[in-house]
Amino acid sequence: MAQICGAEVDEEGFLVDLKDWNEDICKQMAADDEVELTDEHWGVINFLREYFEEYQIAPAVRVLTKAIAKKMGKDKGNSKYLYSLFPYGPGKQGCRFAGLPKPTGCI
Amino acid sequence: MATKKFMYLNRRSSFGTVYAIESLEVVLIAAAFEQDVSLAFMDDGVYQIVEGQNTDGIGMKNFSKTFHALGDYDINKLYVSKESLEERGLSESDLMPLVYEDEDDDWAEKSSIKVVTNDELKAIMSEQDVCLSF
Amino acid sequence: MLHTVNKSSFERNSLQSCLNTIDDTSVILLIEDGVISAANNSKSSMIADLAAAGRVFALQGDVEARGISSKLADNIKLVDYAGFVDLVVEHGTAVSWV
Repeated sequence: MAQICGAEVDEEGFLVDLKDWNEDICKQMAADDEVELTDEHWGVINFLREYFEEYQIAPAVRVLTKAIAKKMGKDKGNSKYLYSLFPYGPGKQGCRFAGLPKPTGCI
Repeated sequence: MATKKFMYLNRRSSFGTVYAIESLEVVLIAAAFEQDVSLAFMDDGVYQIVEGQNTDGIGMKNFSKTFHALGDYDINKLYVSKESLEERGLSESDLMPLVYEDEDDDWAEKSSIKVVTNDELKAIMSEQDVCLSF
Repeated sequence: MLHTVNKSSFERNSLQSCLNTIDDTSVILLIEDGVISAANNSKSSMIADLAAAGRVFALQGDVEARGISSKLADNIKLVDYAGFVDLVVEHGTAVSWV
């Protein structure tokens, strides 16, 4: 099985065990995707991790967008902003960076 | 896509079999298709939404927390069998406070849970296009 | 003998079958969904006498997972995994009513 910084990942690059997550793994994943992580990325990544802690699921994009709008304002809680940070999708790519499983229902 | 009324019947408790978590997974997936989704809890299924579940001692995922996310997925019709609660010595106050924000009422927080008699549930089920039992 | 029951008596008859055949010295340990029978509910009378005699145990982790710690019927004794092992050692033959 493939590894990132010594942690196992599945065939789509998601961490097998979310307890393995740390910032270095996240940075490495971003570097592999040629994404430069900014504070704005970290804002969303931390939000995703808190969401998972509270609800035990990775949110669907629609739900994530709504939840971020509620917590961080409408200028951030919209698809355009989120896709500008995570070009492969805030659900798929964002959750992967955050060490979460692929969102349920995400194809 | 035409909207259909989907009801998921949850009849088993959370951790003894895989039915409960599988049902929840299907519900979350179905939510992406913007259908009219409702959940019913009957028989031992009422234990799925009892307050105060702690799975530390059995090493399983405490997916009771996930029910709190259903409101954000626009799933806000959770029917609970009154008879099933009573047989188990439970009442609505033993259940988790599951809520949603009503878009049409200035985002007021409202309870998603509705305790119904089996007769009422019968009527609600007869209105559904699809009923899936877990 | 030690009898373990892991099914809810609302769903299966394993607890009743166990009760039908249990002898005077045996004890029952409720595990997994069997702990639902340890909650104070309409099935509690099934095991009330046996519990009063100190012969009904329930596995604590399973009780906590199901949110019924504060809703237990009278005289149910909680055990952890180490307590489970002690019961096995103490009572010899174990019967699993799966």
